Amino acid sequence: MDKNYMKLEFLSKSANESFARVVVAAFASQLDPTLEELSDIKTAVSEAVTNAIIHGYEYGEGVIIIEAFIVDNLINITIRDSGKGIKNIEEAMEPFYTSKPDLERSGMGFTVMETFMDSLVVESSEGKGTVVRMTKEIKNLSDEER
Amino acid sequence: MFLEMEELENNLIVKLKGELDHHSSEDIRKKIDAYFSTSSTSNIVMDLNELTFMDSSGVGLIMGRYRSAQEKNGYLIIACDKERIVRILDMSGLLKIIKLYPNLDTAIRNI
Repeated sequence: MDKNYMKLEFLSKSANESFARVVVAAFASQLDPTLEELSDIKTAVSEAVTNAIIHGYEYGEGVIIIEAFIVDNLINITIRDSGKGIKNIEEAMEPFYTSKPDLERSGMGFTVMETFMDSLVVESSEGKGTVVRMTKEIKNLSDEER
Repeated sequence: MFLEMEELENNLIVKLKGELDHHSSEDIRKKIDAYFSTSSTSNIVMDLNELTFMDSSGVGLIMGRYRSAQEKNGYLIIACDKERIVRILDMSGLLKIIKLYPNLDTAIRNI
């Protein structure tokens, strides 16, 4: 069984959104994913980090921690903030639901994460923060199948 | 993120290049709104063919500009044939209300 692990810690600034998704994609690239799989991971990470900045910390200063584990051809990504937390996770995960309609948010963040990854679990505690756990299996397609 | 805007008859052509996420969309939104609010054009044509990345923040940006065009009794249409971007647009339901064309020329011809 081949294993690997990484941890990234950064301030909740929107300028770090692209930094975070590029780092996770670079880590995932050792599994030899297709461009589409890599793009799925980048998009899902971007959504989770954006949520932490806008909703977790409400644009205030905080720390976001990303951990990624690789076991064989499975990547497991955890994105953690210590922000305000989500009151009602079920409601927050409904497509088009947004707690901040005035900010032109589409309410599609969790739906995108669910669609682009194989699994998504959200844990949250009010006043303590939110943890988003996602997994994706990299199919290891042959060159002909790509 | 790179933004280019030009007027063509009653249309404001907005070309976006690079990565459209929450960070870049804030700045893009301000620039488009500043231009469109004082422009005599009432339609917006968004060319997304040179985007290399877009997440759901892009959907929010487009929804907001769709409303701005509506307020001027105009339309917003999209030019894009990039599968990744079209997938997110489709997932968000935007394509039920906004017309999509593969490229800018076709979009302008059909507005």
